[in-house]
Amino acid sequence: MSLLSLEKVDKIFGGLSALKQVSLEVPERAIFGLIGPNGAGKTTLFNVITGVYSPDGGVIRFEGQSIGGQSPARIAHRGIARTFQNIRLFRAMTVEENVMVAGHHLHQASVLGAMLRTRAQIADEARLRKRAGELLEIMGLGKHAEDVAGSLPYGSQRRLEIARALMLQPKLLLLDEPAAGMNSQEAGELERQIRFLRDQMGLTIVLVEHNMAVVMSVCEAVHVVDHGETIAHGTPENVKKDPAVLAAYLGKSTEEVA
Amino acid sequence: MSTLLQQLLNGLSLGSIYALIALGYTMVYGILKLINFAHGEVFMIGAYAGYFGASALGIERYGAAGLPLYLAVLVLLFAMAVAALLGVSIELLAYRPVRSAPRLTPLITAIGVSLFLQNAAMLLFSPNPRPYPPILREVRFELGGVIVTNVKLTIFVVAIALMLGLNWFIQRTWTGKAMRAVSTNIDAARLMGVDTDRIIRATFAVGSALAAAGGILFGLDQIIINPLMGVLTGLKAFVAAVLGGIGNIRGAVLGGLLIGLAEQLTAGYLSPDYRDAVTFVILIFILILRPEGLLGVVRPEKV
Amino acid sequence: MQLVRRLAVASAIGLVLYGIGLWLQGGVIEYVQRIVFLAGINVILAVGLNLINGTTGQFSIGHAGFMAVGAYGAAFSGVKLQPVLQNWIGAGAVADGLTLNVGLLVGALLAGLTGLLVGAPSLRLRGDYLAVVTLGFGEVIRISFNNAKFLGAATGFSGDSPSGLPALTTFFWVYAWAIAILILIRNLTFSQTGRSLAAIREDEIAAEAMATPTTRLKVLAFSLSAASAGIAGGLFAFMQPSIRPEDFRFDKSIDMIVMIIIGGLGSISGAVVGGIFVAVTLELMRDLQQYRLVLYALLLIVIMLVRPQGLLGSRELSEVLRSRFGRPKAQAAK
Repeated sequence: MSLLSLEKVDKIFGGLSALKQVSLEVPERAIFGLIGPNGAGKTTLFNVITGVYSPDGGVIRFEGQSIGGQSPARIAHRGIARTFQNIRLFRAMTVEENVMVAGHHLHQASVLGAMLRTRAQIADEARLRKRAGELLEIMGLGKHAEDVAGSLPYGSQRRLEIARALMLQPKLLLLDEPAAGMNSQEAGELERQIRFLRDQMGLTIVLVEHNMAVVMSVCEAVHVVDHGETIAHGTPENVKKDPAVLAAYLGKSTEEVA
Repeated sequence: MSTLLQQLLNGLSLGSIYALIALGYTMVYGILKLINFAHGEVFMIGAYAGYFGASALGIERYGAAGLPLYLAVLVLLFAMAVAALLGVSIELLAYRPVRSAPRLTPLITAIGVSLFLQNAAMLLFSPNPRPYPPILREVRFELGGVIVTNVKLTIFVVAIALMLGLNWFIQRTWTGKAMRAVSTNIDAARLMGVDTDRIIRATFAVGSALAAAGGILFGLDQIIINPLMGVLTGLKAFVAAVLGGIGNIRGAVLGGLLIGLAEQLTAGYLSPDYRDAVTFVILIFILILRPEGLLGVVRPEKV
Repeated sequence: MQLVRRLAVASAIGLVLYGIGLWLQGGVIEYVQRIVFLAGINVILAVGLNLINGTTGQFSIGHAGFMAVGAYGAAFSGVKLQPVLQNWIGAGAVADGLTLNVGLLVGALLAGLTGLLVGAPSLRLRGDYLAVVTLGFGEVIRISFNNAKFLGAATGFSGDSPSGLPALTTFFWVYAWAIAILILIRNLTFSQTGRSLAAIREDEIAAEAMATPTTRLKVLAFSLSAASAGIAGGLFAFMQPSIRPEDFRFDKSIDMIVMIIIGGLGSISGAVVGGIFVAVTLELMRDLQQYRLVLYALLLIVIMLVRPQGLLGSRELSEVLRSRFGRPKAQAAK
């Protein structure tokens, strides 16, 4: 069974169709790529999956259950975590705190318990801090735990967003342009991390990416959209040669094609 | 029936004054996305400027006959000029320096300016209410059971004239078009060579002048002015702007008239104790049910 | 063990407060006493308001309304309760203390409920709109009290006795409550809940994406801050002969904003400093009301222009001291 499946999903903004009958299946433990020229609707698709927008048509299923129209917090709780195209960190908070915020599964004490600082509350905090520390280590940010998030260099901020998403103990991880602004060395490191997350942590990963080297290297299946519609689907090799895909890209800008 | 007509007339004239003030709020919000809390105080200063202007012209000499028309117009223009100057100064000194700060900072600054003007006025002009000089001679006539005074007529004439003038200004002059451009997309306007700072100042000037006109009309109508008159009236005019759709000029006019009618009808048919409360109730309902206002447009946030 | 230790500390603090209270009654002039009482009440107001405005970033400017609900709620229930209690256990400090605290809890509960009613629909709005709608609610509440005949309407509520409301507020109770609320809110701020509130302030959409129940938490913070204002209102009521709707005008909301802006939005210690500042200036400039408000206005403007983060920014006094005298540590904990 696919972990995530979209059947003929539509999204309309004031008369403009941002998504038109998009259908795709993401198998469990897949590393799945979503590509397309700028403005194709990739982030909109992420937003619809994660509940920021409600779909105007079609069905979205996660683990077999329909999730279309549910709130972002509920969907996150079910096990879908994401990062953002324009990095949305809690800038004034520390790196560690950014990750701890997402630790709702590990947090049992009530609000009253928090106010009274009960033993359960103190244990909660310790547990959250420990787990956050582990995730920061995995993403190579262990040394920066107490730095202010807004002061981190760009690449580190992107990795922090991933660490934060992991704190949700998700089954599905949606990464929106994780390689943006990275040089080839950092991008290579990112590829290793993505594979690690799938191999060692059992995650299913969907990534929106413009960096074709990363897509070719790490994705097993690629779905191409343009103007809100699917124009191709298959392995990276096949998609790279697909005439419709080439037309869509070459029509815009040549620098995005690998 | 005549009572209803009377209430409607009173409501519309009050509403016209609210509309004049609401225009200032809506224009500034349209351009800067800032609630100019101090706008109510500009309205108050405009009323006082009319008061002192009339005194300077020796209004006591004319007695109940009122000023000759040309002098009355002079007083109006004087007050509008004073207010325009005040509005621009506020923008330059208090809002401009914090324009790029997070939204909360200008909000607090605006509250500070409003508070400052209220209390400075109380210190300078004495907190006691003052009777407004009869700039116009009062003439009353009855029309089908409804009492109409020339003050009410003046309010309509002046308000309509100013609104038509504003409309002409916005649609036909270059500055007006630039103002519309800036309120739609300030960055694009800047890139098109518009001096946005100048346009912002012009917006404040125009909005403030209109508020001052409202202040004089209010003084003529209510006959009493005091340094805190801008607080409640300003807030009501703001609600009017929100009701109509903040940033929308037609909305400000519509909202002003509706609030004026609602207030007058509530005072007449329910109880005068609730006349102020009804505006707040409308505010609460509109923000909760339709925050973009009656004529406003919803703007989705990009994620 | 934790409980025993805490009870011991609480008792020690209680004894100290009691001692100071006695000394104050005996040796210090009433003028200063009033400032000290108001400072404590302001601390409760400021720390409560800071929770929603500072930590959660939802700017409310109508909290005087909640203070009014607390004041009237406490005064009314206290006045009705006092004779009953005095009959039962005899007049004296115990009956007084009980009347006061039950009254305060009633007031706080009512204020918290009002906060819930106001917050639930309003907190969907952003920034300036939220500010204005809270202002609107604050005024509606005050106008309602102004028209409430059974509570004295505009003349105010002074209870059933000719000497007015019972003077149940003592130094001990003001500061016991202030310290308690300070500790409770501090603990909340440095917990996962507080962290989630700060996340809402920083980026609500990202917070939601991280499974934070944003609406529920915003309403919770709002209700808690309203309840806090309610406690302050109740304490305020029992140190006056009467309370009138006039006491809870928009001016009072402005006072509260000045308190948290001066100290720094988001800083609990800043709120304490701000609360004390406003109490002192309020009394010192009692006859110069207009000058006091001009001063506040100028302070707000100047602070926004020159140092918008206030005295302490969003940091706590402990962090400021540590970074000056100890290891520098980036602890933007809220």
